[in-house]
Amino acid sequence: MNELDAVLREHWWSAVGAIARRSGDLEVAEDAVQEACAAAIAQWPRDGIPPSPRGWLITTAWHKAVDAMRRESVRAEREAAAARELAGLAGLAGPEGLAGMAGLAGMAWLAGSGSAADGHRYLTGDDELALIFACCHPALDPAARVALTLRSVCGLPVSEIAAAFVVAEPTMAQRLVRAKRKIRRAGIPLTVPGPDAMAGRLDAVLRVVYLVYTQGHRAASGAALIRTDLCDQAITLASQLVAILPAEPEAAGLLALLLLTDARAPARTGDDGTLVLLADQDRTRWKQDQIAAGEELVEAALRSGRPGPYQLQAAIAACHSTAPSADATDWLEIAALYRELVRYEPTPVVLANQAVAIAMAEGPRAGLAILDRLAGEGKLDRWPQLHIARAELLRQLGRGADAAAAYKLALAAGLPRAEEDFISSRLASATVD
Amino acid sequence: MKYLFLLYGADGPLPEPGTSEYAAMVKEWGAATGAMADAGVLVDCAPLQPPSTSTTLRFRDGEVLLTDGPAAEIKEHFGGFTLVECGDLDEALKWAATLPVAASGSIEIRPVVQVARG
Repeated sequence: MNELDAVLREHWWSAVGAIARRSGDLEVAEDAVQEACAAAIAQWPRDGIPPSPRGWLITTAWHKAVDAMRRESVRAEREAAAARELAGLAGLAGPEGLAGMAGLAGMAWLAGSGSAADGHRYLTGDDELALIFACCHPALDPAARVALTLRSVCGLPVSEIAAAFVVAEPTMAQRLVRAKRKIRRAGIPLTVPGPDAMAGRLDAVLRVVYLVYTQGHRAASGAALIRTDLCDQAITLASQLVAILPAEPEAAGLLALLLLTDARAPARTGDDGTLVLLADQDRTRWKQDQIAAGEELVEAALRSGRPGPYQLQAAIAACHSTAPSADATDWLEIAALYRELVRYEPTPVVLANQAVAIAMAEGPRAGLAILDRLAGEGKLDRWPQLHIARAELLRQLGRGADAAAAYKLALAAGLPRAEEDFISSRLASATVD
Repeated sequence: MKYLFLLYGADGPLPEPGTSEYAAMVKEWGAATGAMADAGVLVDCAPLQPPSTSTTLRFRDGEVLLTDGPAAEIKEHFGGFTLVECGDLDEALKWAATLPVAASGSIEIRPVVQVARG
């Protein structure tokens, strides 16, 4: 990315947020900022980058937005007139509202606002939050929230988002338009949620940022197992959120979790591109500066006394990342953190991890006790992960027949193909034990 | 902005008038819609006759096609509506969640296109 692109990318979020809030229309805002960026690419190399690129972008985009809304307003008024005429013929009422929708009231904002010219105010406020909260609104399809955030907040080109989701570009473009139109037509507010709704809505935003990161891990369409651009994007987003919302420990927890996880990325794949398990990773390849930053962040967040799932996962990641070797891992601490995490996320993966941590800290018998209790409550039935964890511990205790039975339950619960093969081979060897 | 709540209830008969279940149902709904009315967001609301009385209409190739019954055969049926006037979707969602059917069935929230007498 050259300097010009970097500057435009840096101010994209603020610019789209500012225009979207004033126009009430994300589609108009994004198109306007896109046009303003095109104008910048044409002018800036000749005239130099303006002293306030952000102010320049917002002002230019606003003029484009006003033009677009005026065109839309004229068109809508013509359509409304035609509809009224038609309705008159049919003796019905005609559709209106569309005419007033594009409303030019926002124009007054430009005249009276100094903020458009103030390039120093970067990411301090409501425009940026309003935009990301709208893009991550629970009324939108979850996958669309991630894509829309990458587009409207991060300014990623549609082609790159389509590649990340492994869909055709027109399909992704259509999905994005549908989401933007739902925001306008359904009246999803382009405002910062009030204090009563903040916690729940922030969860939805953090979840999207987390999914942007995991999408980077999952989108292994090429040779690389990790798409670092998406991972970097998620870390940037998380740090911007921490900057805007310094009093939200879960935002800091998420940033810490991403930094700590990402610090291990260089050791996650072997020279041949295959996955290397945590215990077998070359720890000298971990990014120590990121580990230090992540550890500091999560410790500060936990001191606020308002723990949450991201802070706890970050604390667990910190235990792994700061251990000098796999054998020297503080499993007691990890088991304690999982015990807390289960209270927020009693999912099969978390429960299985908790049992494994307890087994590492106190021996397989202690871990097995937890899983046996869950099995007794009938909670294991649908969850292959827990059957697998139970089978592994039974094996370690030399109970081959019981382990085989647990592997069979895991297979019966249904597994993805690759895992099914792996478990089938474990089952075969457990039967031999 | 007007939002129409399409109320989907679990299939099955409603309690008989005169029973305590019926009285409880009326009280519960009265409380929820009463609060909407007090807040000034309620425009209109009504239950519907059961799905067996429903007719679905489609106009295809110049012909009116009628089907007996609701548009889709699902476990829940469209059993009533509530029309509210709210500032935005968040406010509408807040009110929808207070209706008893949110717990037993589901509610589809649809923004209404504004129609004015021209």
